[in-house]
Formats: sequence, C-alpha cells, structure tokens
Amino acid sequence: MSKEMIKQYAIRLGDDAVVQGHRLSEWCSNGPFLEEDLALTNVALDFIGRARMFYSYAAEIDGGDFTEDSYAYQRDCREFTNLLIHELPTGDFAFSMARQYLMDEFGLAFMECLESSSDETLSAIAAKAVKESRYHLRRSRDWMLRLGDGTEESHNRLQKAVDDLWGYTAEIFELDELEQGLANEGIAVDTTALKSNWETAVAAVLGEATIDVPQGDWSIRGGRQGMHTEHLGHMLSNLQFMQRAYPGQEW
Amino acid sequence: MNTGVRSTDRIALLPVEEHQRRQRRADSTCPQLWDALDSVKDPEIPVISIWELGVLQDVELREGAVIVTITPTYSGCPAMGVMAEDVVIALREAGYSNTEVVTRLAPAWSTSWIMDEAQEALREYGIAPPGRSCAGEHAEICCPQCGSSNVHSVSEFGSTACKALYKCDDCSEPFDRFKPI
Repeated sequence: MSKEMIKQYAIRLGDDAVVQGHRLSEWCSNGPFLEEDLALTNVALDFIGRARMFYSYAAEIDGGDFTEDSYAYQRDCREFTNLLIHELPTGDFAFSMARQYLMDEFGLAFMECLESSSDETLSAIAAKAVKESRYHLRRSRDWMLRLGDGTEESHNRLQKAVDDLWGYTAEIFELDELEQGLANEGIAVDTTALKSNWETAVAAVLGEATIDVPQGDWSIRGGRQGMHTEHLGHMLSNLQFMQRAYPGQEW
Repeated sequence: MNTGVRSTDRIALLPVEEHQRRQRRADSTCPQLWDALDSVKDPEIPVISIWELGVLQDVELREGAVIVTITPTYSGCPAMGVMAEDVVIALREAGYSNTEVVTRLAPAWSTSWIMDEAQEALREYGIAPPGRSCAGEHAEICCPQCGSSNVHSVSEFGSTACKALYKCDDCSEPFDRFKPI
C-alpha cells in the first residue's frame, strides 16, 4: 500500500479534527455558564491535539518542507477534506451539542477500530484518542437527555438541530476508493461496518431524550472530495488569518 | 485511605509499561541525567515531576547527545511544550547542551502510571488523585481538603484537560480531580 495513500488518509483525519476543534473553540467565552465553557474548550483542545498528531504524521510521510502547520494554515477550502458536518456553524447550544453527540458516538467506535490499524502510528494516535473520546461521549450524551427531556424550548431546539444535522451523517459511513483500498489492507477503518451500531445507539439515546429520529429523506456529501458548504471558507478566514498576514509567525 | 500499611511497604501493582519504564531508569548507564530531570515539574501542577507523572519515558546518551523520550498526557495538552523546553533547560544547567526531545505516542499514557508518592502529593496540593482505576470506571472520590466522600461532580472538564470539577458537600470546598484515563 502506498505511503502516499496513508498520508492522504492522515490529512483527512487531521482535517476532521481541526475543523471540529475549531468550531468547538468558538464557544470560548460564549458558553452558557463557566463550567460548560471550560468543558467545550477542553474538548476542543483534545481535537486540536489530534489534528496535530495526524498532520505531523502526514508531514513525516511527505518528508518535504511541510509541517503540521502547513496543513492547517496554508491550504484553501478545496484542499480540505473534512466531513461536511464538522464545518457547519456552531448554531445554538443545542445544535453544537447535537453535532457533538452524533460525532462522539461515531468517533469512539471509529477510534476503537483505528486502534487495531496495521499502521503503527495511526494505531498509536487512536489509542490516545479512545481514552479521551469516552469522556466526550459521556458528556454529550448527558446533554442530549437534559436538552431533549428538558423544557419545551430546549426540546424544540434539539429536535430542530437533529433534523438539520441528519442529512450530513450519511457521508460519514461512505468509503471512496482511497479509503476502501486502505480498509482492505487493514489500515483505514471501514466505516460502513459501523453504521448499524451507530444507528442503534443514536436511536436509543434520542428515544430516551424524547427526540424523534429523522426520516433520512435527504443527504448531502462531498467533504472528502473537497466540495464544501459556504461555511468552511469563512471559518478558514478566521483560523488562518494570522499565518496569512504574517507567514511563518511564531509565538 | 488509611489501610494501616505504609505505602513503602505495599507491594506495588504496576501496569507492565510502568514496570518497564522504571526498569529503564534502574538499568540506565546515565543515571545522572535521569536525576537531573527530576527537577522538571509539570508546569500546571508544580508538585510532581515529569518522572513521577509517567511522562518521562527514556533518557539515552548517544555520542555526546542526550535523547529524551517523553509521552504526551492529553492530545492537546499545552503543558507538553513547556515540559519539553524545561527538559532542555534542566540538562543545559547540568552541563549537557546537546539535547533532543522525542515524543512517543505508544503505549498511550495512563494515569495508572502516576506513582503512589505523586498521587499523595496531588492530594496534599488540593487535587483529588486519579487512583488506579481506568477511564469511565467508578472510583470513590474524596475531598482533598476534609477527606469526605460526600462529593458531587460539577463538570466533567475542569481548569486543565486532565481535571474534572467537583464540590464537597460536607466542607463545601470546590476542588479539581485528576481524571483517570
């Protein structure tokens, strides 16, 4: 299996992590209360750390002048290959927590599988991530129950969030040629195999939270091929501003 | 937790990775370098060293260069960068100017590697120690101020990535707990 394919895969996982982490970090100082503000930013930090590990590995395979920072700060929208669900704006608290829950439920299962990847570095990164993901999932699952089974207002907002997010979840469980090839070699995770467990777990939590599981009559995809929503560009203009204004700037 | 047995008399139940790490230090041909690094503390918790924390994994002397291997605690922990810088400074002060700090991810760091003495130091510092349990497992948590186990969780995430926020329902003091991971 070519190293180039593993590099591309590491970049994808780094893109997922950096975009997810950045969206969470936008809650810094905007959380509903102090403890929640700390929690959101702590989780954000875990994802930024994950992005650093995946990007560093990609840079190591590349062997050129690229560093972890080059991937985060010096690429434009079409070169980002994150799943679309991560780049959607934070929305209200219910939207951010619903996204976090749906992705935590997926993320833990994903990292548990990646831990048995035949690629040693991917496996090592996953082994670290699994431990953190357990905390992430426990917290976001609690919030689903609190919001869904809370007030009429919180229930309605959470239902709307889940409805608005649902069509973006199809892409998570699809493999393109690159990932299929790596999955066949035991390097990448075959996400198609994670779908039914995910659906069962999510349906159980949504049920307990008195939230209806959406029909699933629409879906949107394209992130892995660099086809993004209009939101990613705005996010990158914020994320990349400093390095674009002062290239190579260090603290 | 008073079991009537001094911690020094207890037979330590160590994870195998932790046993190997202690063995590397015991068998080292450059013990003076490990000793020099005992002065490097966790910048967020200045009562425990990177050795006691389980972050310092290996120290080797190769052709005049010191290779220090560390393992990160949490993926995004900002203190890791400071620890790496402090390693270089501590070795320079000990007379070694050529140091390379290598980060190793596997095996993944665990709070069960934190040495008993350091767990006690954490408690004295006001942080409830993680104990030996694994992530997600239920473990009794005691207030580091009054020792009561009548406490409740305020938030799963605290002032740093590695801590959760608790409050004691007996003495009313809020406190940090080092999360088992």
